[in-house]
Amino acid sequence: MTRIVAISAGLSDPSTTRMLADRLVESVERQSGDVSVEVVSLRELAHEITDATLTGFAPPRLQDAIDKVVAADGLIAVTPIFKASYPGLFKSFVDVLEADALIGKPVVLAATGGTARHSLAIDHALRPLFAYLQALVVPTGVFASPHDWGTDGTNALGQRIDRAAGELVSLLKGAGTGRGPSDDIDLFSDTFLSISQPR
Amino acid sequence: MTSMQFGLFTVGDVTPDPVNKTIQTEHERITNTITIAKKAEEIGLDVFATGEHHNPPFVPSSPTTTLAYIAAQTEKLILSTSTTLITTNDPVKLAEDYATLQHLSDGRMDLMLGRGNTAPVYPWFGYDGSKAVELTIEHYQLLRRLWDEDVVGWEGQFRTPLQGFTATPRPLDGVPPFVWHGSIRTPEVAELAAFYGDGYFANNIFWPKEHYIRLINFYRQRYQHYGHGEPEQAIVGLGGQFFIRKSSQDAVNEFRPYFDNAPVYGHGPSLEDFTAQTPLTVGSPQEFVEKTLTFADYFGDYQRQLFLVDHAGLPLKIVLEQLDLLGEVLPTLRAEFDARRPANVPDAPTHAARVAARNAAAEAAVETDEGVSV
Repeated sequence: MTRIVAISAGLSDPSTTRMLADRLVESVERQSGDVSVEVVSLRELAHEITDATLTGFAPPRLQDAIDKVVAADGLIAVTPIFKASYPGLFKSFVDVLEADALIGKPVVLAATGGTARHSLAIDHALRPLFAYLQALVVPTGVFASPHDWGTDGTNALGQRIDRAAGELVSLLKGAGTGRGPSDDIDLFSDTFLSISQPR
Repeated sequence: MTSMQFGLFTVGDVTPDPVNKTIQTEHERITNTITIAKKAEEIGLDVFATGEHHNPPFVPSSPTTTLAYIAAQTEKLILSTSTTLITTNDPVKLAEDYATLQHLSDGRMDLMLGRGNTAPVYPWFGYDGSKAVELTIEHYQLLRRLWDEDVVGWEGQFRTPLQGFTATPRPLDGVPPFVWHGSIRTPEVAELAAFYGDGYFANNIFWPKEHYIRLINFYRQRYQHYGHGEPEQAIVGLGGQFFIRKSSQDAVNEFRPYFDNAPVYGHGPSLEDFTAQTPLTVGSPQEFVEKTLTFADYFGDYQRQLFLVDHAGLPLKIVLEQLDLLGEVLPTLRAEFDARRPANVPDAPTHAARVAARNAAAEAAVETDEGVSV
């Protein structure tokens, strides 16, 4: 069973960000038979995320969410775009993850915005962040503005959703990256070996 | 004497009192620290440990000066540190300062090595903070040799070589101070403690217990790997913090403004969440005893328990009241920990016990030699 976690940073309820996350989830489920999908809504964890930023440890509900994200085979990250980038809540959640939490993990990036002029925020803001985290981001980013939710008749948004979800499913059916976070302590690093070999 | 040691550790911060709207001067903070240490002996605690910091709002930049002053005014208390910066202090000066303290205190001292809490401290002492782990290893390996060997020739990466050097004074009775290594994130520090058979200390105050269990278990395994004993025989110390009143609700009401404005966790989680998630107890003495006893369930039977009491801007009067309350439950804590302690778990280290062990080992060696020669 492949485990997918969708992170939704939508702040309102109901939220178009959550709608977009649900659309991507539906598409992944449709294109990959054997998959379990869980949605982590950051709005419900907002206090815990702030607490963890101040204390350095995650309260239990946030730790559960982090554990799910780290254990997932693939991620769908969906955030609104404010002021040309992702909101602080989204970044704060990423900040409380361990540095190696998303190494090698296949990720779909998606975003919503009040105008189509925010559409490159996925490539200018989100991709560099996930590149830093060494995640494996699929080629298609999915941006949805109010225009896309309207009835322009072409179902361009639905096609982008299916394409991005298909790229994720395709990656997950392959060998993956073979990389991930490791909890092992490397006993054979130069530094470690120097401890038992004093000058 | 005592199988497990209890004591205080202080960070030495000058934090505004959010209730009385006052702030101690550096002079008051330093003299109050002495008062607290003497009170620790009065209520029957075994250990007082001071931090080492080199920036405001912290006052303890010269631990051995402070500890020697306390040693002169106490009779039983073991003086220690929480922590001595192994990274930015010259190991030669550490060897000299702490050996001097060992003589002045008649062996009533040990020390805990750590890496400090602020990156900018490294350049203040001429070091590169990106080499923190490497500095820890090299400096400690040199400190070890300066105490274990009378004449040292040494060459390393971070300081000038030593040729035919003798650190003076030599350790009291030829037995160097016991060393603890404090760390909550760095496996190399646990490895260092394990390799030398030293103690390992987890501050156990700011985070949930799960964060400390991994490295303590790793230290215990490596202690065995290096042939010092079984994992449960490794020497472990833990921190802890509490605020107690006879009535649980009084404790919560009185401590809440201090908690809410505390430097580390203030303006974040609620007091209730933080006490549920971390080792902090705010409540009755009985609640404090019960929670402290659980530490041994999580981390294994251990040798030293230190509490952080003088923090968050608490005035001296309240700190001393806290210590009076701690003193009342201390016999219970000792009895309960002793009752659950297996016979093969070693006692907390003292200078006298280490001298006796050294002498016993030497006698055994002589007898073996005689047996061979006969």
